[in-house]
Amino acid sequence: MASHSAETPNRRDFIVIAAQAFAGVGAAVALWPFIHQMNPDASTQALASIEVDLAPVKPGQAITVSWRGKPIFIRNRTPEEVQAATKVPLNDLKDQSARNDLLPERTPASDVNRTKRGKENWLVLIGICTHLGCIPKGQSMNDQKGDFGGWFCPCHGSHYDTAGRIRLGPAPQNLHVPPYEFQTDTMIKIG
Amino acid sequence: MASHESSYRPTSRFTKWIDDRLPLPRMMHGQFVDFPTPRNLNYLWTTGGLLTFFLVIQIVTGIVLAMHYVPSAHDAFNSVEHIRRDVNYGWLIRNIHAVGASFFFLAAYIHIARGLYYGSYKAPREILWILGVVIFLLMMATAFMGYSLPWGQMSFWAVTVITNLFSSVDAVIPGLGTRIVEWLWGGYAVSGTTLNRFYALHYLLPFVIAGVVGLHIWALHVVGQNNPTGLDIKSPSDAVPMAPFAIMKDLFGLSVFVLVFAWFVFFMPDYLGHADNYIEANPLSTPPHIVPEWYFLPYYAILRAIPDKLLGVIAMFSSILLLIFVPWLDTSRIRSTKYRPVYKIFFWLFIFTVVALGYLGAKPAEGVYVQWARVFTAYYFLHLLVVLPIVGVMETGRPLPNSITEAVLKKGSAAPKTR
Ligand code: HEM
Ligand code: FES
Repeated sequence: MASHSAETPNRRDFIVIAAQAFAGVGAAVALWPFIHQMNPDASTQALASIEVDLAPVKPGQAITVSWRGKPIFIRNRTPEEVQAATKVPLNDLKDQSARNDLLPERTPASDVNRTKRGKENWLVLIGICTHLGCIPKGQSMNDQKGDFGGWFCPCHGSHYDTAGRIRLGPAPQNLHVPPYEFQTDTMIKIG
Repeated sequence: MASHESSYRPTSRFTKWIDDRLPLPRMMHGQFVDFPTPRNLNYLWTTGGLLTFFLVIQIVTGIVLAMHYVPSAHDAFNSVEHIRRDVNYGWLIRNIHAVGASFFFLAAYIHIARGLYYGSYKAPREILWILGVVIFLLMMATAFMGYSLPWGQMSFWAVTVITNLFSSVDAVIPGLGTRIVEWLWGGYAVSGTTLNRFYALHYLLPFVIAGVVGLHIWALHVVGQNNPTGLDIKSPSDAVPMAPFAIMKDLFGLSVFVLVFAWFVFFMPDYLGHADNYIEANPLSTPPHIVPEWYFLPYYAILRAIPDKLLGVIAMFSSILLLIFVPWLDTSRIRSTKYRPVYKIFFWLFIFTVVALGYLGAKPAEGVYVQWARVFTAYYFLHLLVVLPIVGVMETGRPLPNSITEAVLKKGSAAPKTR
């Protein structure tokens, strides 16, 4: 191209740039389907919601159900457990967010923001440690429940309190509260 | 490639015909028969051949396993049991593959430690060294995905915990970490979908490794092998042809190693694994004590030593990635630690640190174990980032011999004096 003056682009410059741009954009666009195919597929996304009958769960008992392939912890808390949770000053909490999927992220992590009004004894949580995804202990009667009486994750030692909030250990967030509603007095629908 | 007179002479008209068109036999002869190897190589130099051997073993046994294995959440566990019980010699091939992965790593660790001790990463071998680190990373990815395939409790929870490492990105860009993890899983939790893609990648990566090994050996044959003195080959008497000298030494070392390997395969195939992996994966219950395979333990200890999730993950990955920079972190002008009395002490301290981290990684993450893991994690990074550069500048080394030949003959070795 030495024979042409550098300032006046000619037809060949145009073709070179057009071809490079075409190949570049084309390659980038063609890449996307190959990346996106790995994301959760339509059948996985079409998540069924589940209904859970709470009537058989007595105070102090807990059950685990499965939703979206994840364990859901449902605990019928005793009045002492509820009181232990409400008593905690919010400043003592490691994670200040309620982590309630139905409430904005900013909502403070008080016990009432993690339960339903008038149903404070019921605690419904996604039973996945927010550290690296193990399932904390504390659902069955003779499980280790950790220093704060809620759940204890044996994988790397995270302690959760009776509202499922992280109090000690490497986990960064409170156990998440899934979207759910009470259908009747003793029936909830998750999802 | 390292320049030496080729002694290749095609003997028949056919080999001559080939030589004029695709001189592959000439290249193989030049690279693996009369290639000059330092005459003073010790048994640590047999680990390279050993690693090549294990890569081949893993690929051959892996392809056989793939003929009988079913990569679905429903059938995977049972298909491995089927291989162990019903398939003719399935037990043997499966044991070779499972124990083979461990011995592959054992050989790799010795190989890496050798490189660190004799300064094999120093100019002009930086690219050779970096390719080695790349192979190591690919091996880890391959073994991690392979371990998911039997779909036992340890498989499932190892995949869960390790993939969740990426969720720590949430601390920087909220939501992105979760997106990455769900992308890796193909769902909202580890599932059969995850198993299926890991299987596809577990089949692929060993062949990628084979490709990088090719580059690694190419780079090696351009600059030539290092040796215990760290000196370059200066005269023909410093070297012997690869065949038969180095090849036979490699074969002898290999035989001894394979004997030990066979002992494990036949008499204690599950010794290096975890009993929990013979329980089928249960997404609703985590085993009380989850530990990775032994070869990941040092990094796992580093991860757990740091109380912050994101920083723990960063420390773990950088502990390996830092190795890439070792050629420039080490400021010493002497290659071989043999002639570095001060650094030698630190070297063994570093090896002790890695072993100690491995021990601590297998212990529960509490109390003194975490405290010690912190101490050793600190030394791991101090060694690479502070000791290597500073000792290299301050230390006065022991006098180097003038040549490899001199070093050998002084010791009264019976090594051949020809060439
Ligand atoms: C770098 C080479 C390789 C390494 C380090 C490696 C490592 C592993 C590991 C650690 C396991 C789990 C063994 C257990 O505990 O049960 C495994 C399983 C498996 N691998 Fe590989 N592998 C390699 C190459 C291959 C190749 C090339 C294939 C296929 C062509 C393959 C196919 C399989 C299959 C089907 C299984 C499941 C059966 C079982 O668990 O025994 N592997 N691999
Ligand atoms: S996964 Fe629960 S503490 Fe690490």
